[in-house]
Amino acid sequence: MGAAPASRDVTSYGMGLAAPLALFFLLFFVAPLLQLFWLSLHNDTAGLHWGLGQYLHFLTDPFSLGVLGSTLLLGAEVTAVCLVLGFPIAWLYQRVGPKLQTIIILIVLLPLLTSVVVRTFAWIVILGRQGIINAALQSLGIIDTPLKLLYTQFGVVIALAQVQMPLMTLPLITALGRIDSNLDDASCSLGAGSWRTFFRIVLPLSLPGVIAGCTLTYAAAITAFITQSLVGGGQMLFMPMYLYQQASTLQNWPFAAAISIIFLLAVLAVVSVFTTLGRLSRGHGGA
Amino acid sequence: MADAPSGRSLVVDAVTHRYPSGSLAVEDINLDIKGGEIIALLGPSGCGKTTLLRIIAGFIAQTQGRIIIGDDIVDMLPPNRRSVGIVFQNYALFPHLSISENVAYGLAARGIDKATRQREAQRLLDLVQLPAMAERLPRQLSGGQQQRVALARALAIKPSILLLDEPFAALDKNLRLDMQIEVKRLQRVSGITTLIVTHDQEEALSMADRVAVLSHGNLEQFGTPSDVYDRPQTLFVNTFVGSTNRMPGVVVSADRTAAKIRLDAGTEIIARPVGGALSEGGRVTVCIRPEHLQFVGDETGFAGVVGMSLPLGATVVHEVTTADGSGVKVSQARIGETRALENGAAVRLAPLAPSLANAFPATL
Ligand SMILES: Nc1ncnc2c1ncn2[C@@H]1O[C@H](COP(=O)(O)OP(=O)(O)O)[C@@H](O)[C@H]1O
Ligand SMILES: [Mg+2]
Repeated sequence: MGAAPASRDVTSYGMGLAAPLALFFLLFFVAPLLQLFWLSLHNDTAGLHWGLGQYLHFLTDPFSLGVLGSTLLLGAEVTAVCLVLGFPIAWLYQRVGPKLQTIIILIVLLPLLTSVVVRTFAWIVILGRQGIINAALQSLGIIDTPLKLLYTQFGVVIALAQVQMPLMTLPLITALGRIDSNLDDASCSLGAGSWRTFFRIVLPLSLPGVIAGCTLTYAAAITAFITQSLVGGGQMLFMPMYLYQQASTLQNWPFAAAISIIFLLAVLAVVSVFTTLGRLSRGHGGA
Repeated sequence: MADAPSGRSLVVDAVTHRYPSGSLAVEDINLDIKGGEIIALLGPSGCGKTTLLRIIAGFIAQTQGRIIIGDDIVDMLPPNRRSVGIVFQNYALFPHLSISENVAYGLAARGIDKATRQREAQRLLDLVQLPAMAERLPRQLSGGQQQRVALARALAIKPSILLLDEPFAALDKNLRLDMQIEVKRLQRVSGITTLIVTHDQEEALSMADRVAVLSHGNLEQFGTPSDVYDRPQTLFVNTFVGSTNRMPGVVVSADRTAAKIRLDAGTEIIARPVGGALSEGGRVTVCIRPEHLQFVGDETGFAGVVGMSLPLGATVVHEVTTADGSGVKVSQARIGETRALENGAAVRLAPLAPSLANAFPATL
């Protein structure tokens, strides 16, 4: 009976306590975003003429659209690699003893303990012409001339996948941990083999984790400026670098702002597709 | 397909299981269960019931012994090929599938076409008296309804053996009774060999054709409810199944069928020796159930002082302190207006009949 006034008290306290953070967000997140948008609505670098010219330019320029497309594709590739490699790790984690669990979680978290820059340079060492992979393959006599791994799409995807892996694995571990292990047993005792159990029970029930992991990995992969530029090198251009060139090198601030807004909308669109999928999968039985 | 599946026999042959952690969960269990029987696996928590159930289902490979279903040794078969239906304690319904998809799950795994599946699921839902729930999700059902669905799902695959792990533990008392009757009814119509795991002795006695009592991984006794209740073979069975008074004493004389015991409470009584011959002068524990003690008017029996009296509806239980300071409980049927016993009244007690007292060699 006394619960209602008590809970109202809690919310009114909560509002007051949230004010500093809300103010912080308003000042350092919403305001710059609005300024960015305002900037993108100018047709010239001096900022004298209003108009949608920057957007028109981007959307009619095959080169710009190509950069956007390859960035979104990169995100999809990295997400797919993380999902395919991360799911078995998370699945394994839920089926081994506590000692192995500690080791797995350590391996999963290890990338987060070193800086992205350091990890990226490590990948340059691994993938380079005289890198570990090429040296090993050559000394084994499998190849004669070094493979080109660095500065390729393959290299960027692999490096990004390693860097972003925890973002996929952690939500998956949580989601799989929530599944009652009796469900596996029930499915099996009803005559289902491991594959049917996996696709009909484990995968659908872990979808919230899959969606969360994919959203995080995707967003992180397409905005990973450092890894993209260092492992991708000069030949490959993705949105963050494109934006940086326009803003810093060419001083074309309105166009850079428009790129930002378009990129932001594209990311939001992809993320909302993920969330919608998630909501659909939870709402209905999945035939 | 419409005829009832005939239950197959189940033999648990010298099964021992030791978990990798080293704990010996079950030891040398032998059960010979006839087709169509309903068996209760009764024992306190941690005595190895679930372990034995999971061995039969194939989730655990026992360290020793064999499981034989019908004429087949099934030890090499994985759970999905043993044709064993299981109802889990928490029901383990698939939360993302509708009730009818849950029930039809095992049929889909067998590659049966959708129309047949749906028809069969509906037939089973009718059988468990949930005809209108097919399209709902498990979370939209009450505990008792979920239990019925779990039962329908397990029966859908027409299993050779039905296993239920503490199926009613989560239900409240009235619902539990309904479900016990329901399971027994379904078991009768389907004729399926059924094994119910429980720590509730009333449930075991009321539902099962035979009861297997387990303690610390060992099979203490396997017999009909009246065997287990009236002719317990071990002190553990006597105390765990039903309630009993344990009265220490010394053997005065004994043969195979009767023993004269001098109770510490101060009288000599005749008791049935259980678990081997009793040696004269040896210490024993005599078990007498509260309902097998009566107040006597003459100087026979042993003396005591009435403490608390608990009216439990159909019976009244009196707590009586005996001369050696131990307490015994006496249960009297309440017939009309039973004579009220004053707190502190001096009484004398004796067993209704010598065969109703069991004497076990005292263990330290
Ligand atoms: N996975 C396991 N690993 C090690 N020991 C276990 C495991 N499961 C159960 N045990 C032990 O085996 C014994 C029997 O357990 P269980 O079969 O679950 O008993 P019950 O179902 O009768 O309560 C207990 O002592 C328990 O601690
Ligand atoms: Mg158990």
